[in-house]
Amino acid sequence: MEVVFEVKQDVLIAHIKGELDHHNAAPIRNGIDRSMKVFQCRDLILDLEGVEFMDSSGIGIALGRYKKLSKSGGRICISGCSAYIEKLLDMAGVFSIIPKEVDVQSALCLLIGEEQLYMEV
Amino acid sequence: MRNVLKMEFSALAENEAFARAAAAAFVMPFDPTVEELTEIKTAVSEAVSNCVIHGYGVLCGEGNFAGNEVPTIVMECALEKGNRLTIKIEDKGVGIDDIDQAMEPLFTTGDDEERSGMGFTVMQSFMDRLKVRSVKGEGTTVIMTKYLDVPDGI
Repeated sequence: MEVVFEVKQDVLIAHIKGELDHHNAAPIRNGIDRSMKVFQCRDLILDLEGVEFMDSSGIGIALGRYKKLSKSGGRICISGCSAYIEKLLDMAGVFSIIPKEVDVQSALCLLIGEEQLYMEV
Repeated sequence: MRNVLKMEFSALAENEAFARAAAAAFVMPFDPTVEELTEIKTAVSEAVSNCVIHGYGVLCGEGNFAGNEVPTIVMECALEKGNRLTIKIEDKGVGIDDIDQAMEPLFTTGDDEERSGMGFTVMQSFMDRLKVRSVKGEGTTVIMTKYLDVPDGI
């Protein structure tokens, strides 16, 4: 398991790779929360494209980040879901409160806005 | 013919990956689809995590067992009649207060730790049948059944 972080303007992109289960959930969660603070990001993209396995711990991470960000006025978007991950997140109704996009680029467009994104990058 | 795997392992979070990999390896000779394998691994992961978090977690503080005596989880996988897979996962932990409530989607006892409350729902969705037996103070047994999609004539 590994999380690679990338910052674009006010957005933290967390590329989660490997297996996301109960055992790995705490370090992933802490890594994201710490990076949000350190890089002073407002919004978050959870990029799940590199996730090889996920159980309901992934739902907990997504909903937990959503709750936290709602308090600070930030937004969250999920990108790169496989059909199976999408099914799992959908089971808990995650997509009724968190938008999903096919890839990071589309998620950035959603959060920052296309014009802004291409103007400043 | 009944093909059986029985294993007992320490109730530690790092063994969750091992348990689901073992269940997946057991099913491999029966040529499951990628989807079936993923579903089996996920269901096992949920059941084993439940034992670690809820079965024993309350007793000893999650992952912090007194001394070296780590309690164990028993997993039994069986394949019968060509395509019926049964997975039994058992702990000798605290047991469940109210099974019906525990099985409700999004119900969770540990709000602070960001639990999703979806464990049993995931097991139910990914397997064909789920039975939960629990006795307060004695432990919990989860029995999951799945009918593998075996092509005709094999």
